[in-house]
Amino acid sequence: MISKNDVKYVASLSRIHLKDEEVQALTQDLERILGYIKNLEKLDTSHVEPTSHVLPLKNVFREDIIKPSFSQQEALKISVEQQNGFFKVPKIIE
Amino acid sequence: MNQQTQQFETVIGLEVHLQLDTKTKIFCGCANAFGHEPNTLTCPVCLGLPGSLPVFNKQVLEYGIKIGLALNCTVSSFIKFDRKNYYYPDLPKAYQISQYDMPVARNGFIMAPSQNGESKKIRIHRAHLEEDAGKLIHDDAANCSLVDYNRTGTPLMEIVSEPDMHSPQDAYEYLQMLKLTLQYLNVSDCDMEKGSLRCDANISIRPVGQTNLGTKTEIKNMNSFKAVKEALSYEIGRQESVVRSGGVIVQETRLWDENKQMTFSMRSKEEAHDYRYFPEPDLVPFTVSEQKIEEIKTALPELPLQKQARIKERYRLNDYDSFILVQDPLVAGFFEECVTLYPDAKKICNWITGPVLQELNAKKVPITELKLSPKNLTTLIQKVEEGVVSNLVGKDILKNILETGQDAGDIIQSQGLAQVSDDGALLKIVDELIKENEKVVGQIKAGEEKAIGFLVGQGMKKMQGKANPKKITELLKRRILDV
Repeated sequence: MISKNDVKYVASLSRIHLKDEEVQALTQDLERILGYIKNLEKLDTSHVEPTSHVLPLKNVFREDIIKPSFSQQEALKISVEQQNGFFKVPKIIE
Repeated sequence: MNQQTQQFETVIGLEVHLQLDTKTKIFCGCANAFGHEPNTLTCPVCLGLPGSLPVFNKQVLEYGIKIGLALNCTVSSFIKFDRKNYYYPDLPKAYQISQYDMPVARNGFIMAPSQNGESKKIRIHRAHLEEDAGKLIHDDAANCSLVDYNRTGTPLMEIVSEPDMHSPQDAYEYLQMLKLTLQYLNVSDCDMEKGSLRCDANISIRPVGQTNLGTKTEIKNMNSFKAVKEALSYEIGRQESVVRSGGVIVQETRLWDENKQMTFSMRSKEEAHDYRYFPEPDLVPFTVSEQKIEEIKTALPELPLQKQARIKERYRLNDYDSFILVQDPLVAGFFEECVTLYPDAKKICNWITGPVLQELNAKKVPITELKLSPKNLTTLIQKVEEGVVSNLVGKDILKNILETGQDAGDIIQSQGLAQVSDDGALLKIVDELIKENEKVVGQIKAGEEKAIGFLVGQGMKKMQGKANPKKITELLKRRILDV
């Protein structure tokens, strides 16, 4: 059973602010999703290899060769605030 | 037993983060380098821009396997990456790509030699690969933080020990040996000051005899092995006093304050530790063949303890000397090259572990950057052993070589440092000594042969150190005792 508190907790971990009616709706949605998983659990998967990726691919590597990076100016374009070449953010340590 | 007299046992496990010295970052082609201008080594992958995809650096996996094998781990044949989710400004994607349940290596151990000469086996729980986060600089005055994302995506290997250590000294010895082993592998510069090697500690106490582990605290922000030792000592004292006064240890992260020499609670919210790991969908899994593992195993260099055993046996050195020599693979190599040029290994070892190491420690450079070559050092040692120069003058010549790189023989010749071994010149000095020191001569004649040493010293002074002391002793004995 998914409780409203579970939804509020996950939302807070994800820094999402939810209104009460949204919490209500999401609780029901999650409950349905987990219900579907319950259905899946009825299947016998004892002979199925665990899947860690849906693509039938493995061992996609890159050689250790340097490629050009963004310039400082380019990198900082996406910053909200900057200072002396750094991204400037609200103070984080309590 | 009451709480005041209760004896406690300490249990310590360590997590070491090692930056791997590859050319590029773990999941993109940005250069993996330290000390650049802020935010000049980033790309869409580093900055977590939408649509960018990570691609795994082949070299990182090879280093990871190499480390795993050197730590006697089982290397996994199948590995995958997972997302560790948390929000912090140094992590642009709001998740770190790490390994959760399928690390590169697990179940290893290292043997850490301790002060009393015995070795302790410290088990390695697991070692996994992950990406480093950016660097945050806190500006208290401006009430803001500044972020440099150059470090984002630097390949890290996290090495987690089992809780097999029981004192700060144990932890120190484990770290020393771990660092030395990693240095031998040439996979990282292991420089704690630069942050290429970082260490966090899990520590708990329990009443002696209890088998269940006590509640642990995690100690962070220790910037040297010495700090690890100090922080653990402090934390043991703190936990004991909490328990003795009837309190309970709270599971939490504490920061070591180097200046105050205390640990402080980070007071972070508990949910900060709910990382909601899940498989990284942007990376496919990786397989490691038996053949690949064998290949890397065969190419492993001789490791510190193997080298020590071989050097000790081959050159008939004692435990201490051989241990000191292998503390730096370059020094051990220098020593072995010297031995091919001059046969007295013990003499060479004394010169290297004495004055040469002193110089290395003072200058903080590798031995290969000194102006001293094995050829030059062995020439010098030979000159000292042949009595051409005294031991003392030899040390001065070494200083000269270290400054100028000149050949020992040339220095002796150009500065006229060769000892006078010529009987004629020395006899004159000896006769002077006998005349000036009647009382001492009397003592020597009366059987106090030790007093000769005083006269030899005076003679060396007269010759400004350039006389052969053996020769003076010989002549003095001949003159005074007629032998």
